[in-house]
Amino acid sequence: MHGLYNFVRGPLAWVAFILFFGGILYRLISMLLGARKKDGVVFDYFSLYYGLRSIFHWIIPFANRNSRQRPIFTIVTFAFHICLLAVPILLLAHIILWDESFNISWWNLPDSIADIMAIIVVACCGYFLWRRLTQPEVKFVTFASDYVILAIVAAPFITGFLAYHQWFGYKFMLILHMLSGEVMLAAIPFTRLGHMFYSPFTRAYMGSEFGSVRHAKDW
Amino acid sequence: MIDINSWDWDTGEKLVADTGGWKDKFEWVEEFQAGPDGEKVAAIVKSGEGEFSVCVNGEPWENTFDKIWHLRFGPDGRLTCIVQTEMEWTVAVDGQTWENTFGYVMEVKFSEDGKNICAFIQQDGQYGAATNGEPWENLYSDMTVFAITPDGQHTAGAVRPEPLGEGEIFKFQDGCYTVAVDGKAWDKKFVNVWHMTFSPDGKKLAVEARSNLYDYTIVVDGVSWSESFPCVWEPIFNPKTGAIVAPVRTAGEWTLAQDGKIMWDRFFVQCWHQMFSPDASKLAAIVAPKYGRWTVAVDGRPWGTTFGDMVTDAVFSPDGTRIAAVGKEDYDWSVIVNDTVWPDTYDVVWRPVFSPDSQNIAIKVEKDGLQTILMNGRPWKRECEAVWDPVFSPDGSKMLVRSIENGKYHRRILPITEITG
Amino acid sequence: MAEGQVIDGIYFNEVIEDAGLDEGTKKLTPEKIERVINDVLKGETGARLKTYVDTCIHCGLCSNACHYYLSRDKDPTYSPAGKVKQTMWEMIKKKGRVSPTFMKRASQIASTQCCVCMRCAMYCPFGIDIAYIMSVVRRICHLLGITPLYIQDTAHSHAVTMNQMWVKNDEWPDTLQWQEDEAREEIPTTRIPLEKEGADIMYSVIGPEPKFLAQLLYQAAIIFEVAGLSWTMPATPGWDNSDMAMYTMDSEIMGRVKRVHFETARRLRVKKIVMGECGHAFRSVYDRGNRWLGWKMHPFYIEHAIEFYYNLLKSGKIKIAKKYEEPVTLHDPCNVMRGRGLYEMARYVVSEMCADFRDMQPNREHNYCCCAGGGVINCGPPYKMTRMLGNRVKAEQIAATGAKVVIAPCHNCHSGLEDIVSHYKLGTHVKFISDILYEVMEKPGAV
Repeated sequence: MHGLYNFVRGPLAWVAFILFFGGILYRLISMLLGARKKDGVVFDYFSLYYGLRSIFHWIIPFANRNSRQRPIFTIVTFAFHICLLAVPILLLAHIILWDESFNISWWNLPDSIADIMAIIVVACCGYFLWRRLTQPEVKFVTFASDYVILAIVAAPFITGFLAYHQWFGYKFMLILHMLSGEVMLAAIPFTRLGHMFYSPFTRAYMGSEFGSVRHAKDW
Repeated sequence: MIDINSWDWDTGEKLVADTGGWKDKFEWVEEFQAGPDGEKVAAIVKSGEGEFSVCVNGEPWENTFDKIWHLRFGPDGRLTCIVQTEMEWTVAVDGQTWENTFGYVMEVKFSEDGKNICAFIQQDGQYGAATNGEPWENLYSDMTVFAITPDGQHTAGAVRPEPLGEGEIFKFQDGCYTVAVDGKAWDKKFVNVWHMTFSPDGKKLAVEARSNLYDYTIVVDGVSWSESFPCVWEPIFNPKTGAIVAPVRTAGEWTLAQDGKIMWDRFFVQCWHQMFSPDASKLAAIVAPKYGRWTVAVDGRPWGTTFGDMVTDAVFSPDGTRIAAVGKEDYDWSVIVNDTVWPDTYDVVWRPVFSPDSQNIAIKVEKDGLQTILMNGRPWKRECEAVWDPVFSPDGSKMLVRSIENGKYHRRILPITEITG
Repeated sequence: MAEGQVIDGIYFNEVIEDAGLDEGTKKLTPEKIERVINDVLKGETGARLKTYVDTCIHCGLCSNACHYYLSRDKDPTYSPAGKVKQTMWEMIKKKGRVSPTFMKRASQIASTQCCVCMRCAMYCPFGIDIAYIMSVVRRICHLLGITPLYIQDTAHSHAVTMNQMWVKNDEWPDTLQWQEDEAREEIPTTRIPLEKEGADIMYSVIGPEPKFLAQLLYQAAIIFEVAGLSWTMPATPGWDNSDMAMYTMDSEIMGRVKRVHFETARRLRVKKIVMGECGHAFRSVYDRGNRWLGWKMHPFYIEHAIEFYYNLLKSGKIKIAKKYEEPVTLHDPCNVMRGRGLYEMARYVVSEMCADFRDMQPNREHNYCCCAGGGVINCGPPYKMTRMLGNRVKAEQIAATGAKVVIAPCHNCHSGLEDIVSHYKLGTHVKFISDILYEVMEKPGAV
């Protein structure tokens, strides 16, 4: 068990981070080079002002019409994404690991808050799952891979929560938690989870076209 | 070509007509046209109720018509227009109509010497061409493009010999169009036939065609290039060798091909309006070296200066050493000569005119509603209601300027130093 | 039109006979399909399509944008992402190894169940341009020769005549001269100046105007005459600004037609191009055809009729004699609203002309498409019910205003809304801006 723990904590973590950062870099560079090659128009019409204008209207809840039309979804998705990003980065246990490994640390969330946020992530995943299973317009465009992706996202939070509360064996859960977190990190660049890096570009491009060419709003 | 030596190159200034006064004589006066030698100015006028005529130097034609349009001077100074009387259309030349009348006349073209006047006509729902009033023996159920030889001896059109019903897409895709020269159609049919160019001697005809929905090529006297491309533009003839050069598209980029073979090593976002220098030693085209930027490329090498809106009307000097063109950026027009832009911008710039010795360039320009002549970048001192393209004297020392100022049409012969200083 | 059924393992939500699709599909082979799809995916598209496909998280948030989806009781086969699933995702996943029947269905979806109105791009949180993806599908269908018959015929018309309606070279100037004659009955000095080199404005219209709606040319002549503008219309091909080849994705013909249009303006040495009340034509000149030809923007300023009327009213060149009394509403055409942001100008024009203007909800860039645009109405009578059943929301939107007149400053919208109004028995009339402007403006020279 200890050997496995060390492997997951050490080499595997390195692999996951390398895949994560390397993968993102690779995907972004190949996207930009590919665009340069055959979709040069994307750069020709790109406008920083209109790109940012569009992004702002979409990262602020209820700043666009679609989010106002779907208040529950909007609340869920913003809660989900905020917690999804905040918990792994601001969790005390994670910061301690950073501190131990690289001697760097930053402000942390109180554990009780982080705990609630993890529950929010999992609950939101449940909501997404419910949508995929029951809402015809979502169900119709759902592939098996979408459930896998949802599971990849939910797993680190479920296991993390269980480990923190020391249910089903702390060490075992901890290893599962680290493993699932690593799987998620490694999966981001190579699955639709990559939308976290692509979407600012697609959004900004659409914002540029709408703003600077078509003189219209896109929110 | 017209011998301009016979024109009056000595009379400095001649008031030809008080054009401003015409509107007192007629209910209305349409756009003025000036004759090539400057001796005449004319306009379509409304001479009475439902009655139109042409006024030349203040005197209306004796004939009147129900409708008149497309008033143009031919290169030899004859004044033509398309006229209608009693529901029949024909062409009137210096007031005399052709004997034959037609269901409609769409377009009139002149031979270079002006002797032959060719018209694109419709008669009883059939289409074709007429030269000096004589229509083709065979007319066609449709004709879309109209071309003539430089001497006007031959006329051609893109024709559809057989009827094509509404929605017959598969019949269309089998090829329904071909080329008729002097009324005789080629055997081979194409899906589309577009721009057509006769060789300078008028013996060969090259056309842009599409053999199916996807393959474009150049067809010469009915024979296609063995190569096809995803798109092509209009072909031209090399005036010396007779080779045919056309812009072709390949892998999303454009370049020039000669007789089917790619001839330039550079590809462009766009490439069109190719032209040979008079001695055929150089080949230039208007190109977009990068997306949204336009310039002139000579033998495949683009100029450094580019324009965002367009580059147009590129002209080789007679000696082939210079190219003048019109560039447009942010809706302002300017002149560019051998990659150097003249300083001022204008609301509109017309086609550059070189002096016979290639030393001087004169151009009609317009700014704030007033027109003038620009020479080598310097404007003429007069700002006019209208000017026409300048014409250099055969020795290049003088220039014919036709203009209307304060309602007066003048013909002026200026020493070129009057503008160049 | 029959209701949904499965044919050769492919679900068709509507079963429609269309010789263009039926005959075209018969000629397909799996090898040809695979080659063409991969040629397009590898040769003509790139990072943009890939990024769109990789970024879409299948959330379904685009659904509410689509008038087909909303009008079809939220049938997911009509949702934007649902349409991508039934077309592009499958082509990419199978690497082009899809069946002829699949391609027939793909063509039906892309050509007749999507108006490429771009509303869904405004509802996707990532701004994924599904209209672009559908256009790529149309491009593949064009290269495979499976495009609905009527619009294919129209694309042929563009290729031959450079206009939309097989209008022959004589018919165009003849029609203008006829309308000029008619207009002189009202204002004797009216001219439609043909081929006037150096005029300020080249006025261009779409093929249906000389073919079916010549009174619009008459009205335009009166408006130009009263406003005292320097304008011209070409007598040659190049007068038509429309472009259904843009919608069949015969891009080479689209480019050719746009080139002739721009080159005609260049030849006439005008300062700008003013376009009649048409949306798709505007898109083809302003946004699509120019780009294919290599223009980032345009060689000439392009002024849509809405902006043109706005300037005329704002500057006082046209004055209103008496406002239009009946209650009116305004349909925002996608291609000049989402496509050019003319919504406030349109509202100014309508408010100046009409005493009782009632806005539809939602409006401006969020307005629902007419369901005729994107070439759908040009796919002809077989698809009339596709459009009627596919746009119940538009009927409800119009009915809710209580207006007696719908102003639609776009030809496709105009025709599409006339069908909607009659199908849903709304009892309203559809008019162009120029219909009303002509009626209410001061005409000083009139006899």
